[in-house]
Amino acid sequence: MVANASGQPDLRGEPRLRLQGINKSFGAVQALRNVDFEVYPGEVVGLVGDNGAGKSTLIKTISGAYTVDSGSIYMDGHKITITSPQDATRQGIETVYQDLALCDNLDVVNNMYLGRETTVGPIPVMNEIEMEHRTIEILKTLNVKIPSVRVPVAQLSGGQRQSIAVAKTVLREARVVLLDEPTAALGVAQTRQVLNLIKRLREQGLAVVVISHNLADVFEVVDRVIVLRLGKRVATFDVKSATSANVVAAITGAEFEAGENAGMEVNA
Amino acid sequence: MSTGTIPQTDKKEGFSLRQLIPNDVGQLPVVAALIVISVYFQFDSKGLFLTPRNLNNLVLQFVTIAIIGLGATLVLLIGEIDLSLSAVSAFCGAVTVTTSVNDHFPAWEAIIAGLLVGAVVGLINGSLVALLRVPSFIVTLAALIGYTGFLLHILLPVTDIHLFDPFINGLTSNYLPNSLGFGLPIVGVGIYAAFLIYGQIARRNRGLATIPTWQLGLQIGLVVLLTAGALYVFENYLGVPYVAVILVGLTTLVWIVTRFTTFGRHVYAVGGNAEAARRVGINVTLVRISIFTLASTLAAVAGILEASRTASAFAQVDSTLLLNAIAAAVIGGISLFGGRGSVWGVLLGALVIEGLLNGLVLQGRNADVQEMVEAVVLILAVIVDAVLRRRPGS
Repeated sequence: MVANASGQPDLRGEPRLRLQGINKSFGAVQALRNVDFEVYPGEVVGLVGDNGAGKSTLIKTISGAYTVDSGSIYMDGHKITITSPQDATRQGIETVYQDLALCDNLDVVNNMYLGRETTVGPIPVMNEIEMEHRTIEILKTLNVKIPSVRVPVAQLSGGQRQSIAVAKTVLREARVVLLDEPTAALGVAQTRQVLNLIKRLREQGLAVVVISHNLADVFEVVDRVIVLRLGKRVATFDVKSATSANVVAAITGAEFEAGENAGMEVNA
Repeated sequence: MSTGTIPQTDKKEGFSLRQLIPNDVGQLPVVAALIVISVYFQFDSKGLFLTPRNLNNLVLQFVTIAIIGLGATLVLLIGEIDLSLSAVSAFCGAVTVTTSVNDHFPAWEAIIAGLLVGAVVGLINGSLVALLRVPSFIVTLAALIGYTGFLLHILLPVTDIHLFDPFINGLTSNYLPNSLGFGLPIVGVGIYAAFLIYGQIARRNRGLATIPTWQLGLQIGLVVLLTAGALYVFENYLGVPYVAVILVGLTTLVWIVTRFTTFGRHVYAVGGNAEAARRVGINVTLVRISIFTLASTLAAVAGILEASRTASAFAQVDSTLLLNAIAAAVIGGISLFGGRGSVWGVLLGALVIEGLLNGLVLQGRNADVQEMVEAVVLILAVIVDAVLRRRPGS
């Protein structure tokens, strides 16, 4: 269990999503070893770790791409099972992968609604007006600025495309949003757009998990940092009191003295 | 009421001429090509080209290419190709002819037999492509060879059979009575205009960006003008042929399905990014199989009409038909890379090809010149496609 040095999480009540004792092996390789994980409503958690630490495996476990070998998953305190991406979607867990999964030839409205188009009554004819109206509403709430909701997404910048992919999860009534390297391919201004968007997701009360290699971005936007190393959760930091040197030390497994690691909980 | 001005920094959407024209009528290069072809041949043939009689002939010839082109369009939209459409077309035409002549099926049953065989052929092709992920190029190449042989086989021991069924033969030689000839187009255009105006009002009421009223007027005006022009041509000869109704009806149907239904949107999505479509829960396999089935069924319609026009079934597959149909789709703005283009374009593309061929025939040119000219037009069309594709998002 998590040693609760900062004493904070308990005050926030039930986590939106909680994983307990997750194990996952691929043949002889144990990718996740007894991993606990939790994210609260209105919280952004940064999931960091070196290559091969198990970040992707953990995300894919949550999003239903992998099924766990053992361990439990709770949503708002209720035990759930996730064995397929559809299960995850049904539970309100939406994932934005690095490739964004947008259809370049379709416009913003159609990308947002792809696969769950609003129809005119029972006939499968789309209600374009309703879809466009709702799209504009959501983009306004999230303060996403694009030239028009009727341009093909291929015409948008990288930051705008990332924003559309994230806004799409809101339209799908996500309760937990997983973002895989959301700023990896972006310039400075576009990174800022996306980070602001993540903050707005938090304001909406969503539980957000961000995987990132960029600690500057992580520190800018997340509330807590969870560090994985060699498939184990090795540390948890509260960003208010942690430094990136602490986090790097935890990622690499370097020796450190206990006194220097303010805000850190060591997971034995 | 929300106006949507905050996220939309450019509400007018007035970036370029291309964007001003709605996608479904956004076929400017093809329309320009058509006008150039018409004017040139009209002068060159000393007024023979644009006579109602010649245009009427042109329409009858162009129906086959246009309907097969419609099928080719569907397959291209999902980023696949179907090389077997011409063979399937001839094969299904032959099924209708043989069931009518040899098995004495009544007209409707013979037609349905031809259509069903087309659907089954498409279902098999589509399943091989979608379920086993065999490249469509190879699957349909095999189908092209296979059904060419099958066609020979079902006509044995002869190489052509004459069709005497007055109903089937009448499909391509009969004309609508004047009341329907004028009535159908007027009702059709009226419904189209009503939907556009209704859409405009509904968007305004919902606070969404609308196109300028003049543009709406222009769009409706263009369609009225086109319809009136076609009516003028037909009514100055023998009236509106049945095939024109079948062609426009099928195109409208395919347009409505691809443009306005969720299935149609999924077709474009599969063509644009199949993996993204799969991740949002679209049944990509089902979309692919459906499209191949629809395309082959359309090819069967074309084959039956061709059998009607020639009152025969021949053991030979017209080798240029398939490539002309795919060329018509590409000239009409359907991207070979999937997910882009509107079905109306294929009619324009087919008109360009048939117009060229018809004009060159009037000039007394032979197949040598015809095919070289067509090659140039096709290359130009593919260049336009490639250039548009390179420009992001167009």
